[in-house]
Amino acid sequence: MSKPLVSIENVSFSYEGQQDPALNNISFDIYEGEWLAIVGHNGSGKSTLAKLLNGLQFPQEGTISVCGITLSEETVWDIRKNVGMVFQNPDNQFVGTTVQDDVAFGLENHGVPREIMVDRVQTSLDKVKMGTFLNQEPHHLSGGQKQRVAIAGVLALQPSIIILDEATSMLDPRGRAEVIETVRELKTRENITVISITHDLEEAAKADRIIVMNKGKLYREGTPEEIFEMDEELIKLGLDIPFPVKMSKKLRQKGIGLTKSYLTEEELVTELWTSHSKM
Amino acid sequence: MDISLKNVEYRYQADSPFERLAISDVSIDIPSGTYLAIIGHTGSGKSTVLQHLNALLKPTRGSVVIGSREIRAKRKEKNLKGVREKVGIVFQFPEHQLFEETVEKDIMFGPMNFGVSEKEAKARARAAINLVGLSEEILEKSPFDLSGGQMRRVAIAGVLAMEPEVIVLDEPTAGLDPRGRKEIMDLFYSLHKQKNLSTVLVTHSMEDAARYADEIVVMHQGKVFTKGTPELIFSNPQALIELGLDVPEVVGLQLRIEESFKTKFKKISLSEDELAEMVAEFLEGGGLK
Amino acid sequence: MMEKMIFGRYVPGDSILHRMDPRSKLIIVFLFVCVVFIANNAWTYGILAAYTFIMVGMSKISPRFLYGGLKPIFLLVVFTFLLHIFMTKEGDIVFELGWLKIYEGGIRQGIFISLRFFLLILITSLLTLTTTPIEITDGLETLLNPLKKVNFPVHELALMMSISLRFIPTLMQETDKIMKAQTARGVEYNSGPIKERIKAIVPLLIPLFISSFKRAEELAVAMEARGYKGGEGRTKYRQLTWGMADTGMILFLAAVTILLIVLRG
Repeated sequence: MSKPLVSIENVSFSYEGQQDPALNNISFDIYEGEWLAIVGHNGSGKSTLAKLLNGLQFPQEGTISVCGITLSEETVWDIRKNVGMVFQNPDNQFVGTTVQDDVAFGLENHGVPREIMVDRVQTSLDKVKMGTFLNQEPHHLSGGQKQRVAIAGVLALQPSIIILDEATSMLDPRGRAEVIETVRELKTRENITVISITHDLEEAAKADRIIVMNKGKLYREGTPEEIFEMDEELIKLGLDIPFPVKMSKKLRQKGIGLTKSYLTEEELVTELWTSHSKM
Repeated sequence: MDISLKNVEYRYQADSPFERLAISDVSIDIPSGTYLAIIGHTGSGKSTVLQHLNALLKPTRGSVVIGSREIRAKRKEKNLKGVREKVGIVFQFPEHQLFEETVEKDIMFGPMNFGVSEKEAKARARAAINLVGLSEEILEKSPFDLSGGQMRRVAIAGVLAMEPEVIVLDEPTAGLDPRGRKEIMDLFYSLHKQKNLSTVLVTHSMEDAARYADEIVVMHQGKVFTKGTPELIFSNPQALIELGLDVPEVVGLQLRIEESFKTKFKKISLSEDELAEMVAEFLEGGGLK
Repeated sequence: MMEKMIFGRYVPGDSILHRMDPRSKLIIVFLFVCVVFIANNAWTYGILAAYTFIMVGMSKISPRFLYGGLKPIFLLVVFTFLLHIFMTKEGDIVFELGWLKIYEGGIRQGIFISLRFFLLILITSLLTLTTTPIEITDGLETLLNPLKKVNFPVHELALMMSISLRFIPTLMQETDKIMKAQTARGVEYNSGPIKERIKAIVPLLIPLFISSFKRAEELAVAMEARGYKGGEGRTKYRQLTWGMADTGMILFLAAVTILLIVLRG
């Protein structure tokens, strides 16, 4: 992990007319090239956090800086160029009448010359494997496809960070898998920093680091292994434990010698095999 | 109340250039008291089947028997209210159907459409709001001032207040967090048991299908691909995987273990405890020899 | 009947008319609407009709399809014809039956006016049949561009139109979904007394409004996040290309216009 790309210092935020602050004195850094998952139950403040990172809301206290720029009314447009966002509802972020128009929308907003646009639209769509859908209309696409177009729209602007704000929560399993796979590929190939805001623990398990939010506070921070050690505590927070972790625990209870909890089924099975095939 | 679909076919926009065959030759029996799960991909015809269960769609071929009522293709069907009163549907994102000024009125809307008196409907609203785990104070609020999770519960209460004998659920937990998901699924399961309802769950979640259903129907490309008890359906996981469907995680893990130890356990386990038990037994018994 | 209606619909194709720049098509339709009023005798109306049928031929849209789709509107044409026949009292009486007197002028007027109406409908239908709504929007935006100087919100208007077009299918699906949900709760949309049916609209409209507002709000946030801050400094992805055909077609109409002026009685 290298230098912090985003730093959040003592940030608080309350919505008008609500007693409890949505975010209460939050501080953490996000590093270049990492995949950070921010998890928490609905209403834990995780989506508010996403909105602040993109300047859709401004913190009432504390500072946020992205790529060395401190967020303010003046710098917000520069920050938005660096931070792309994919939202929850696939329909309500699709602006164009066709796939290519939608991807071009952000480029048009930033005044990119047309020759460059044509090229970027195509390459971004190719990256999310939607390159052959240029003229397709949104109502003929599946939810997963629409979200991939949204990702292409973000990529076209060549941001350094992409935020997925519960981007998979309205998709079916196939769509969810498509989107996660796309993001994973992008992260390795383009070295893009990914912040995924989610309550899907399987999705979070794929991240490099997890932040758990609860009642507007940063509850815990750590690697997926560390976070899933929390076990029952996660369930109390309205979250869940990924299946392989649950299973590792059950097996240990049955007296099977596993050294730790495993985050993927592959690891679990491999460990079972290596530790027992010697007998 | 029994429901049965007999060789049902449905074409959208029949006899127009836009005609599209959605399901064909679908036969499913849902005896009273069954918990049935329908699984399949988006576009496999699950939702079309669902809409036949209370005559929102009428078959273009075949027939649907709902209780004592038969709905047949090519026949004008009138007065379907009796059917709809007995079969309540909770659609995906049911909170989108809320419209009244107060939660109470919204819950009363269904029952009153079916001729229940205002007094009775009020009583039902109170009972229903308790059932879904919300406090009675909420009855006076506007449904649009509630959180997403609360709105979902209010919408569900609106269906429960109709006191249906059959409850049809279309992805009732979509978009909820893990806790909300579990609470809602447990709620429907306990209602199913207590009130001896028939429940039909349309879902993508193999976990839910394995956990709650007595019977599973797998839909594929508009046809019933296979049906049977969860044990039976998941005992042939390969078939589901070939359709591109998931299997419950427990089943998936069992397959992996079997593969790497080159063995076959005596049966497919549907719960974590069962699998842990079998694995332990196997390893204690010497594992690989 | 509504499914067959083609007024305002787009039919994909690859004819000259389909490939033309929407701007030239809009200009032609606009000119045609003016030119129609030049015609005042059999010759000039004949030329106009010939022009229109040449256009129909060029669109490669089957005349039978066109006829089927415009049938309901033809009723209006017939009505216009009858109206003029009975109302115009000019020239000699051609036919008399009791109180009913039909004048020569009436027949003439009836034929001319309804023909004019008929040709206008055909030409405007050809525009929508061969041009996607979004192309029309783009064309309008570019044509109206000079109006920006007088602070007319051209860009905003065009964006509004294109977003509405984008969301029409989404809202249709939504309407269907809510209708089904309320039907399951005992509302009847297809039967029952009129009064009940009107009442049934409320549980449909309110959720539809609320979800549309929510969509609009989310869409606005998404647009902002993607850097939208108004038309200022924006470039355009969709490009309109003016070709030989466009100039040619406009010149053709100009020639027809001159001919009409010459032959006008």
